[in-house]
Amino acid sequence: MDVIKVQTDDFTVAEEYQQLCQTNRNDGAVVFFVGRVRELNQHDSISRLFLEHYPGMTERALSDIVSAARARWSLGRVRLIHRIGALDIEDQIVFVGVSSPHRQNAFDAAAFIMDFLKSQAPFWKKETLTAASGADVSERWVEARHSDTQALQKWNDLEMPDSLP
Amino acid sequence: MIQVLLFARLRDQLGAPVVNLTLSTPATVQDLRQALQQQFAEHADSLAAGQALVAINQSLINDETAVIHNGDEVALFPPMTGG
Repeated sequence: MDVIKVQTDDFTVAEEYQQLCQTNRNDGAVVFFVGRVRELNQHDSISRLFLEHYPGMTERALSDIVSAARARWSLGRVRLIHRIGALDIEDQIVFVGVSSPHRQNAFDAAAFIMDFLKSQAPFWKKETLTAASGADVSERWVEARHSDTQALQKWNDLEMPDSLP
Repeated sequence: MIQVLLFARLRDQLGAPVVNLTLSTPATVQDLRQALQQQFAEHADSLAAGQALVAINQSLINDETAVIHNGDEVALFPPMTGG
């Protein structure tokens, strides 16, 4: 039911959507998210991105995140693809697709998976900066954002009422 | 001896993908951190708790008193930036 892939190759949203839908009579809701490489980061122009990961741990961490989502919501199918290696501006980086009988579960689970993936799966982005002339000027590792860890806290806070007696 | 895998910025800073530490096992995450900070004093800040995350056998460890045993796969890396 779960498809989790870490790959250099691009993915096709239409194919992924079809895989979530075909011969799936139970799920009335499909939510998907696509993350893409954008040109601007922290007011700097980026010409490309390199995505490093920790082979082995990456697959394990993604699988754990999907399992946590399944434990929380009633889900049909989950498809998660994360690309690694060299990426250009406008390239797709990540696909998260979730099907469920009802929409709220699908919306929440997709957001949950993305929030955890950003700071709990061992991926690191290195970006190449561009000068106004268009020439590559330098490379830098992207620093983790405080807002990404805050995003996790939101889910923990939501979990609290369940743990109360 | 403990072999430590390094990733991303931390690997670039320490200059190698793998570092061998003369640290007897079992050792705590805190012991590991201190040994690395001694060996790479100029990068002590980057190796501090919160700056460098630790994984043992490919699981993220959030406990500085967690124990590393002989043969464990140990990795250090900066906070993750996927997605």
